[in-house]
Amino acid sequence: MTTTLLWIAVAGVAVVLLGLYLSWTAGRLDRLHARIDAARAALDAQLLRRASVAQELATAGVLDPAASILLYQTAHAARQAENEHREVAESELSQALRAVFAEADAVQAVRDAPGGPEAASELTAAVRRTPMARRFHNDAVRAARAVRRHRVVRWFRLAGHAPFPLAFEMDDEPPPALLADGTGVTDDKGRKWT
Amino acid sequence: MRIGIVCPYSWDVPGGVQFHIRDLAGHLIRLGHEVSVLAPADDDTPLPPYVVSAGRAVPVPYNGSVARLNFGFLSAARVRRWLHDGGFDVLHIHEPASPSLGLLACWAAAGPIVATFHTSNPRSRAMIAAYPILQPALEKISARIAVSEYARRTLVEHLGGDAVVIPNGVDVGFFSGAEPKAEWQGGTIGFIGRIDEPRKGLPTLIRALPEILRRRPGTRLLVAGRGDEREAVEELPEQARSQVEFLGMVSDEDKARLLRSVDLYVAPNTGGESFGIILVEAMSAGAPVLAGDLDAFRQVLDGGAAGELFPVEDAAALADAAVRLLDDPERRARLRSLGAKHVRRFDWGTVGGDILAVYETVADGAASVATDERTGLRTRLGLARD
Repeated sequence: MTTTLLWIAVAGVAVVLLGLYLSWTAGRLDRLHARIDAARAALDAQLLRRASVAQELATAGVLDPAASILLYQTAHAARQAENEHREVAESELSQALRAVFAEADAVQAVRDAPGGPEAASELTAAVRRTPMARRFHNDAVRAARAVRRHRVVRWFRLAGHAPFPLAFEMDDEPPPALLADGTGVTDDKGRKWT
Repeated sequence: MRIGIVCPYSWDVPGGVQFHIRDLAGHLIRLGHEVSVLAPADDDTPLPPYVVSAGRAVPVPYNGSVARLNFGFLSAARVRRWLHDGGFDVLHIHEPASPSLGLLACWAAAGPIVATFHTSNPRSRAMIAAYPILQPALEKISARIAVSEYARRTLVEHLGGDAVVIPNGVDVGFFSGAEPKAEWQGGTIGFIGRIDEPRKGLPTLIRALPEILRRRPGTRLLVAGRGDEREAVEELPEQARSQVEFLGMVSDEDKARLLRSVDLYVAPNTGGESFGIILVEAMSAGAPVLAGDLDAFRQVLDGGAAGELFPVEDAAALADAAVRLLDDPERRARLRSLGAKHVRRFDWGTVGGDILAVYETVADGAASVATDERTGLRTRLGLARD
């Protein structure tokens, strides 16, 4: 009789402990999803900032017509892109920016125009912060995926209906001439942008 | 911006991380930001106005040496109070993986958290065992900074994920503007670092000295740093000993003047370096640098372009390279100008701007830092009363 009671008590404690563990894991996952959302919002903001400055420069008439059209076209495409084409469109904008600002002359031309120094420093800030924001986003995605792959999370469906998080993959290498002050962040392969 | 910085090591003990935090806080305050630093400190230590004491760090054996750590309920309570009173827009934690204030802050806080990883220790057994405990705390970090590509690699291998590389900052102007001291000039080699710490590599340099003196008599070695001076020169022949000058602990001003004065700065370190701030300081002061070929040093020296490298602990190679450089004023002048150009990326103007960019990226649109009120089972079941 007492043994049965004891077993019931043990089982009860086990259920409570499991419940606590599940609750804690769910909270952890919830926080990770919130972190991804915040990181994604920051990344979107940087990408939008970058496309806006690029478009502004394209229409300002400080660059030659060919470069202006190229920059306008890719910046416009990046801003309008649907979610599934976004990575490609943003990568193309990176390539266009690198092509247009390959030489220090183009950067100088922008700086010499009225209001140019502000535009140039805005663009520099945007091309520098985009890779940062993307790295932070992908780091959050990796952390969430690690937890979501956990057996307990899958069996008890702790992630609910939240979509499986996806990394944002794009070419975000900034134009070297814009970072000509000799500073740079290193990319995934450890090369330095200088 | 209101910025809270957590320093894991005692404020009263000099060290690279402490200096980095002191300079960062100073730089941010000059830019008009509100900064509060939480650091372990003895209660009677005089602290700058922006530092809040988290109590005395306790010496405990950890990872092969005696580390001074903060843990326990008292420290945790102080961390929570500091977070609560601060109302920070962003929290910047240094060394979040060491079992001290950094980890406590990470555990207790919610909101935009930035973390800087300074060390690049090889993976320890304790780290593997502690991984499930560490991971939930480290998951809260929104942005990770590694101080070098080398530190980033170890971080990625040990903890997964990714980090941006932002080097440690140096006040380049302070070093380049220092006044050289005549008595430290003329065929001098400089070394700065703990004398009795083998990793700093003084023994290698001492072993190379007889050969350097044979080929260039009159060369003097200036050593600045703590340690037993007599023991350091024990192996040297009598007449070589007089060519070694010990300066003891030097002030920041004298350090800059020493680096401005010497013809060659040698960093014979044998390992355990994740950055190499002293090399940046030497280059800022215009000293040609000859350093041991460590990953971290190679990177700071721009792959060997801004300074020369020799195989680690190879005294013969060190002597060869040193004599070659001392014989070649043109090469040294060239290294000086390359170094001066290269260090601009380590200046606080650049480094501080990058760190602020990280703060803004994570703080944009996010709520401010708060203590982490762990939502319990009751709240999740809707039972909690407000």
